[in-house]
Parts: sequence; structure tokens; C-alpha cells
Amino acid sequence: MNEAKNVLLVGVGGQGILLASEVISQAAMNMGFDVKKSEIHGMSQRGGIVSSHVRYAERIYSPLIMKGTANVLLSFEKAESERWIEYLKPGGQVITNTTEIVPPVLNILGKEYPHDVLDRMKEQGTKVIAVDATSVAKKLGNTRAMNVVLLGVLSQNLDFSEDTWLKALKARVPKKHIDLNLKAFAEGRALANGRG
Amino acid sequence: MGNLFLSGNEAIARGAWEAGVHVATAYPGTPSTEILEAIRHYKEIYCEWSSNEKVAVEVAQGASMAGARALSAMKHVGVNVAMDPLSTFSYTGVNGGFVFVSADEPGMHSSQNEQDNRYLARFMLIPMLEPCDSAEAREMTIAAFDISERFCTPLMLRTTTRVSHSKGIVPIGERKEHEIKGFEHDWTKWVVIPANARKRRTVVLNRMKQLEEFSNETPLNYIEQGSGPDARIGIITASIAYSYAKDVIPSASFLKLGFTNPLPFKLVEKFSKTVDQLIVLEELEPFMEEQLLAAGFDVLGKEIFTREGELLPDVLRESLREAARKKLVAIPSDHSIFTQDAPATGGGALDLPRPPTLCPGCPHRGSFYVLKKYKPIVTGDIGCYTLGVLPPLSMMDSCICMGASITNAMGANKALKGTDKFEPVVAVIGDSTFVHSGITGLIDVVYNKGNVTVIIMDNRTTAMTGGQQNPAMGKTIRNEPTHELDLEALCKSIGVKRVTTLDPYDLKNLDTVIKEEIEANEPSVIITRRACILDRLRFGPKVVPFVVDEEKCIGCKKCLGLGCPAIITVQVEVDGKMRQKARIERPMCIGCSMCAQVCPVSAIHIEGE
Repeated sequence: MNEAKNVLLVGVGGQGILLASEVISQAAMNMGFDVKKSEIHGMSQRGGIVSSHVRYAERIYSPLIMKGTANVLLSFEKAESERWIEYLKPGGQVITNTTEIVPPVLNILGKEYPHDVLDRMKEQGTKVIAVDATSVAKKLGNTRAMNVVLLGVLSQNLDFSEDTWLKALKARVPKKHIDLNLKAFAEGRALANGRG
Repeated sequence: MGNLFLSGNEAIARGAWEAGVHVATAYPGTPSTEILEAIRHYKEIYCEWSSNEKVAVEVAQGASMAGARALSAMKHVGVNVAMDPLSTFSYTGVNGGFVFVSADEPGMHSSQNEQDNRYLARFMLIPMLEPCDSAEAREMTIAAFDISERFCTPLMLRTTTRVSHSKGIVPIGERKEHEIKGFEHDWTKWVVIPANARKRRTVVLNRMKQLEEFSNETPLNYIEQGSGPDARIGIITASIAYSYAKDVIPSASFLKLGFTNPLPFKLVEKFSKTVDQLIVLEELEPFMEEQLLAAGFDVLGKEIFTREGELLPDVLRESLREAARKKLVAIPSDHSIFTQDAPATGGGALDLPRPPTLCPGCPHRGSFYVLKKYKPIVTGDIGCYTLGVLPPLSMMDSCICMGASITNAMGANKALKGTDKFEPVVAVIGDSTFVHSGITGLIDVVYNKGNVTVIIMDNRTTAMTGGQQNPAMGKTIRNEPTHELDLEALCKSIGVKRVTTLDPYDLKNLDTVIKEEIEANEPSVIITRRACILDRLRFGPKVVPFVVDEEKCIGCKKCLGLGCPAIITVQVEVDGKMRQKARIERPMCIGCSMCAQVCPVSAIHIEGE
């Protein structure tokens, strides 16, 4: 595979995006690919905009995904999917959590949260899988496992075997949380299957 | 012996360990912080958070004199602070190898300027290496120590944010133990009295000639012959720009430089004969371009590439398209840079800002809230509290560099004193920043009879960079207990008579003290002491959130004036009419109580009470 596969993970600070991108990178490494991953940390406090680029192929040079080349846009927050949509490849897949995180600054600015972003995207012909990953994680006992539920959904859209994913999860998730996260992953996979 | 998936910073740490480094020093600063955070896991290396970058370099310099390999790491503006020892380190040369990392920030993700530190390597007459990814970061760190010792020189390893923070697969090796040679008793080298320094200057200039030869020969600089028609385009590049270019125009010919000071002019000459056109691709300033132009090479650079911000792959592609349209480069209109991957449709510019804010429960918030009542001039400093500039607090008038809050306040006070433009001045500075370079400023204020109120916002950590230890915390980089710097005693010994310590969650007391100290006719220090809320969330105690009693809330919005992200307004129906009420977002509230303190009708209380 010479052409790079690009997965862009987006959301807001504190959603477990960096762990999720570590797991994807690990899975790609397990498959024998060259992998690069990039994100900016520093001033990204809780609630700030976060993105993480994961790229894999036989050989990867740049750690950054160019606009119009992401195979999958994995969004941890509903509206954030639209912020990054121009990175999606024509025909690429959006997978998004339906959780809305309303920035408090909207109060001061008198702005509205765009509740209808997914409808607009679908109208424009974008392939969107929307799942309420936060509720699924909540049922399992911890909303923080939302990130791994989304990985479960993603897993049905990338060419890695289930075993590859499970190995990657075990390698990257802290031991005391692994049981919860394996369940979250399975739920996510089932969710994606159920859709089709 | 295997591969690891490492960030550039982690790879530098790994390389330092493998190279047999014994001493590593740093002051935290984005994007360099993780280098020392990774090094502290290697038990063979003594490491420390130094009180500032000058201290860090001098400690490493001492280790070099003693014959140990030593490394210092800092962000680009940190190098400014360390320039004093570094500039003369070039003259003395090393005993044990010395490498310092300058982590530059094109794009200013978390910095106050975009300075291009490559010029500093040239200015200081020292060699420079620039890795393009994590694997090179490890490899070049190891090479850097060999070069430093072979040519008896300090060396700058220069990264950018994308190199430091991106991860890649890194082949690793074992540590090669490096014997500590013992202190080098050579006063003609290490004592830079003018008679010695003049001789050393000759040594330095000769060294640069030898390094230029090395630059031409080292495998760190190499030619990659392109293929097809693009092979006639010759791109001279280094660092992350190389990685980007390999994606955008992979078939061009490349002169890939890892060793970038001095430049390999003979190698450029050789490369120029294999291509039709030379393009210099570099982020920020025309550092290589100007040197190559001066050497007589016909190169194209900043005429087509931006000097502002990052030269991201998308920006690079667009610049090449533009240059092709203007016939500045020989790229035909059916080239892949024009046809590859047009962006998908359906993109809407999302109008949903998520600016950085002080966290819910941040102890800094109260000080700004009270300052807003008295509206003095507020000179700020580098840290989370700089966010006090944003609405609704909007209480900061300046922020320049580490420590400048106190000295800027001093200058403003001296200029305004006795004039009809007089305003009181308050300097706000964090605990770590105060230790870094606020102390000398405070001495200046007392010594020269200024009248400045200094608020030391002591949140018991170096918060902005992710919570590193500092001398006022009483913990070392490895969390070992150590002497805890007594800020009160320090300020008193400097000569500040009015030193008050208080809890910044107690708004009433904060108000009383800030008012008194602004009015006082002498310098004063207020230490607002409470642990960073992120540390509290990590280590406890348990959070008990507050709630708004919507029946009592009169919708006056006073609580919103705190700018706490946990407080929002909602429309609630009361007697058939819609009324605006405050609401606390339960998962975000950490129970600091400040909103309850400012509520005029006691509508906010602890949940369950």
C-alpha cells in the first residue's frame, strides 16, 4: 500500500482523543506499516479545539494530513466534525459522536450552537455515521470510555483485523481500565455493524 | 534492538540516553518540555528543572567542564535567556560534549513570537543540526555529541513544534556509556580574560572552516535524485519542510540537509549541476536562501514561500501552484500538484469559537475579578494567568516576556509618578515565573524606591506547560522532596516590608488586601496561594459542586462576570414569562465557591445543602 491512509481525529480537550490516536497508531504498527501522528499540545486547555492526525502506509514522510485527503474524519463532538470537513477526501467517511459540547463563550457572544450540522452535511452528500457514543459509554459505567466506543465504530471502517485492534488496545490502555475499554470497543463495533 | 513510537522530544531524550549523557537540564517551555520529562525516566542521567534557561545552560556547562556529556533543552525564547553563557561557550569549547535543543515555534501555537533561532547558531559560530522527524531526532542527537567533542564546540539541535510533538517509529539502540573524563584544569581555555578570549576567537573561526568541510562530507547532508520531469527541480530543504515537500512533490530532486550551519556550499554546487532550478524551502526566515544568494547561487525562495506561520503541506502546495502559474517554476499545468485530491465539498466555515480560558475553579480568577473593581494598570507575565486579559475579566495591560511584569510596572510607576497621568500599577506573576526572572526585578523595585504592588499567583506548580515541579513547590523533577523556597521570607529579605499571603478563593479578604496594597506608599507583595485546579483534580480532595437556586436567581449576571466556563445562562419560564437564569454545568464545576460569594441574593449554594 503506497497511498497513505489518513485518519483525522477531532473534538475538544479532555475527550480522550490523544489516547484514541495512540491506539490507531499502534494498530497500524502492528500491521507493519510506517506510521506518523501529529497533534499540538500546549495551550489546549480543557474545552479547547483538539485535532490529531494519524497517517500510515509503507513509508510516511509528513505527519500532517492535507485538506481533501482524510479517509476518515472521526469526530468526538458533533459540531467539530464540520470545522474540519474540508480535510475529508471526496467520498470519505465522517464518523461522529452526537454529543454537543456548548462553549461557554457563546453566552457572552450571543451566538447559537449549530444543532443541525449533521443534516447540512448529509444534504451535501457527505457519508456520515452518527452515534451516541457517550450514552453507550455511560451505560457501561464511565462516559470517559466514549473514545473507545468510537474506535469500535472506526474499526469497521479500516482494514485491520479485530485481533489487531484488541492487541493495540491492550498495549495502549492502562491495565486497570482495560476490561471497561474492551467492552466499549465491542459495543462500538456492534453499533457500526447494526448500521449496516 | 527494536522500534518505539516516539515524539521528536521523546526521541531526543532517547538519543541523549544512548549517547551516554550524564547531565540534562531545562526550564519548561512549549514545545520543548517533554524532552526532560522523558529523560527523567532514564536513571543513569542526572536531570533537573533549572530555575531558568541561563541557569540550565550554566549547569550543563559545568558538567561539560567536568568531562560529562550534557544536554540542555528550551523553547526558542528560552534561548534568549541563555544567550549569555552560550555565546561564550562557543569560545571556550567543551570538555564533555554539550548539545542544547532550541525548540522553535513557527505558527506561535503557545508562544509570544516566531523568532527563527537558526540565526543564533550562525551568530554564535556553532554547528546546528535539524531533524525532520522522530527517527532523525534520535539519530542526530547521538551524532550531535560526537560532533561536539570532535570539533570541541557546543552544538544547537533545532526542532520546530511539528518535529517535537509529532510521533513516528524510531529504531532504537543501547546506551553507550561515556566515561566522565574529570574536570579540565585549563585556564587558557575556560577563563575568558581578554588575552585568552582573543586566542579562542581564532580557534572558533578555524573551527568554522573545518565544520564547513564536515558539512560537505557528512552523510547528514545528502542528495536524493528525483525521477521523471520533476527531477529537474532541485529543492534544498531541511527540518519538517522536507517531510512536507516529500508529500507534495515527491519526484523532485532533493538536497536534504540535516547539518545546516555552516551550510555545505560545495555540496550545493554539485547538486546545482544536476538540476535546472534551485528552490530553497524553509519555514520562517530566508536563513539558507540569503547565504546561498550571497555565495552566488541562483535560488528561488521567499519570493514564493511565506515567512509567516507554518509552511504546512497545504500552504506549500498552494505556493507551488502559484509559482507555476507565474512561470517561476517549471511545473506544467497538468502536474499532480494541480490534480491531486481536490477538497471535498460540503465544507462550511464553522462559527463556533472555543478560546482558551481559565479553568473552572482556577485560583487566578479571583485576583482579576477584584482588580477589575479598582482598575489599576496591570502588567502581566508568561503563564496561565495571561488569560486574565480575555473578557469578561479583561484585566491585563501588558505581557512581554518572563519576569517583565515587575520591571515593566517599575518603569511605568517611575514615569507616571508625580504627573497628572498617574495610575497605580500592579504586576501579576506566577510562582515559577517569579523564580525564573522576577526576583531580580523585585530587588530593583526596592533598591530604586519604586512603588509597585506585586501579586505572586502561587498555584504550587508550573501550570501552563502541564504542571512541572519548581523550587517553590519543594519537589524535584523526579518528585523527590527538597527544600521549599520560602517566597515570603525571600521577598522580606529583598526589603519588601508589606508581604501578605492569602487564599485567592476568599474574595472578601482579597478585596481588602488588594485595595490596601494599591493605596500603600511603598512596594508590596501579595502571595495568592492555592494549588492549580488541575493538580487538585488529579490528587483530590473530592469535588463538591455548587448549584443555582433558580427560584432565588434574579438573572443579574454578576456571577458571569467571573468568566467561569461552568456558568451558563438559560431561559426559564416563570409565571408564564421567560426569564434568564444562571445555571452551573454540574460536571464542570469544581466547587470553588467564588460565584456563591459574588451572588447578591445568595442563590448559589453547595449541592445538597
